[in-house]
Amino acid sequence: MTAKNKEPYQQAYYPPVPTRWVKYMRTSLVWQFVRFWVINFKILKLMLKSGH
Amino acid sequence: MARIVILGAGISGHTVARYLSLWLGKEHRVTVVSPKPKWNWIPSNVWVGCGEMTVDQVTFELAPVYRKAGIEFLQARALSLHPEGDGTRARPFVRVEYTEAARLGQTEDLEYDYLVNATGPKLNFAGTPGLGPEGGHTVSVCTPEHALQANTQLQQCIKEMKKGERRRFVVGTGHGMCTCQGAAFEYIYNVDHALRQAGVRELADIVWISNEYELGDFGMGGVHITRGGYVTNGKVFAESLMVERGISWITRAAVTKIEPGKLHYETLDGAFHELDYDFAMLIPPFAGVGLKAFDKAGADITGEVFAPNGFMKVDADYQPKAFEEWNKKDWPKTYESPKYKNVFAVGIAFAPPHPISKVMKSPSGTQISPTPPRTGMPSAAIGKTVAANIRDLVKGKITAPVYTASMAEMGAACLASTGSDIFKGTAATMTVYPVVPDYETYPEYGRDMALTFGEIGLAGHWMKWILHYVFMYQAQLRPGWSILPD
Repeated sequence: MTAKNKEPYQQAYYPPVPTRWVKYMRTSLVWQFVRFWVINFKILKLMLKSGH
Repeated sequence: MARIVILGAGISGHTVARYLSLWLGKEHRVTVVSPKPKWNWIPSNVWVGCGEMTVDQVTFELAPVYRKAGIEFLQARALSLHPEGDGTRARPFVRVEYTEAARLGQTEDLEYDYLVNATGPKLNFAGTPGLGPEGGHTVSVCTPEHALQANTQLQQCIKEMKKGERRRFVVGTGHGMCTCQGAAFEYIYNVDHALRQAGVRELADIVWISNEYELGDFGMGGVHITRGGYVTNGKVFAESLMVERGISWITRAAVTKIEPGKLHYETLDGAFHELDYDFAMLIPPFAGVGLKAFDKAGADITGEVFAPNGFMKVDADYQPKAFEEWNKKDWPKTYESPKYKNVFAVGIAFAPPHPISKVMKSPSGTQISPTPPRTGMPSAAIGKTVAANIRDLVKGKITAPVYTASMAEMGAACLASTGSDIFKGTAATMTVYPVVPDYETYPEYGRDMALTFGEIGLAGHWMKWILHYVFMYQAQLRPGWSILPD
């Protein structure tokens, strides 16, 4: 039985889709613990520049 | 003793009130007028809308908090401003009508030395026939009560889907000129998450519909971020998340009419369409709450004090100009009324000079482009700045406002939940600096690329969850509240 071709040129055809590794890292407790502090630091810099 | 009257107890108005009470103490009189008895942490309404939080978790009674802080609280709605007094008195006043049961319908005139208009938006569901949960056919997450009703409908859909029935969910904006796309963006992913957790996602068709030219606009003209070795427009990331979650999208759309089970929309190319739905959460367009203003002789000066959309004019440049001439200097800095130096407007209540996203119209003249967002962080920053100016004016340290908070000179951080769970939840964290693009300082992308970023992950969810409790703690003026960030 021949495989069906995926319909091209549709809306969902073009945007990037995360790999399994990227999706895993989004909920990796160790990595997200690191990102938690990095994001908070970036937001702190933003607030300081904004004069808050 | 000075009397400062603050109309509205939302994020911005409540910020003004708490800082003025801290800085002025009981020597001066701070009065807050709000038609609702409770404060609401609006960013968490999305979670009420999908059953993750209760109404009690996102609200608290204002009266006891204000009583403790020495702030006079009147549960009433403002009707009209009389900034020149009237025939019987020279002192300016605002006329209010009580909404509390004991004095329902009674009016009172509140004289003031300083007035802060923090009335926020009127949720203009009437802007689109059939829109909204009160008399319309769609749900909303704009208030806790609406969000609760949205969740009731969502759970009903899930119940029917568990019997094998298919359902179509439509989420987005309910008018061609809406703002607040971010709230709808958050909600669509939380609906997706709720359906997956219930095991019925494959029976759902989820569609996004908005007035943005492209996904990721959010009413601020979109954003560029550096990621994976490229500077990429937020459109790419927004579309990526839609595809990842199996959600289709319609942009450049103005919803024009909603009937039970069917919504009508016009697109920028001038075509007219229909979309069937079973569940629709559509953000309404915003307008000012409808305050009137009268001069000393009683003549109606509403058009001089307020813009046609009902928001209050402040120190912005309201001269009509083409997109190519929009400039950061158009945006207000002190939020002082140009006509009345002791009147300010903060948060969503001030009239922006123009949108941030370029105005786009269909061939029939329908505007299909977002109006500018005023999110939580800028709203609180504006409130605190106005409070600082009023403090120093009251104490005689300054004769005109000196502290500024232009949206073209401040950043904003947004945490958009994409599914709540302590170990499996995620949120999209996005920061922009500045909110209003500044092409003079940042010629290429209008923003500081070192402070403009976005990422999705569990860390963002933890932050949104923690900040919910932090901001609820701060707003209730618990010990140490003033050292917490706004």
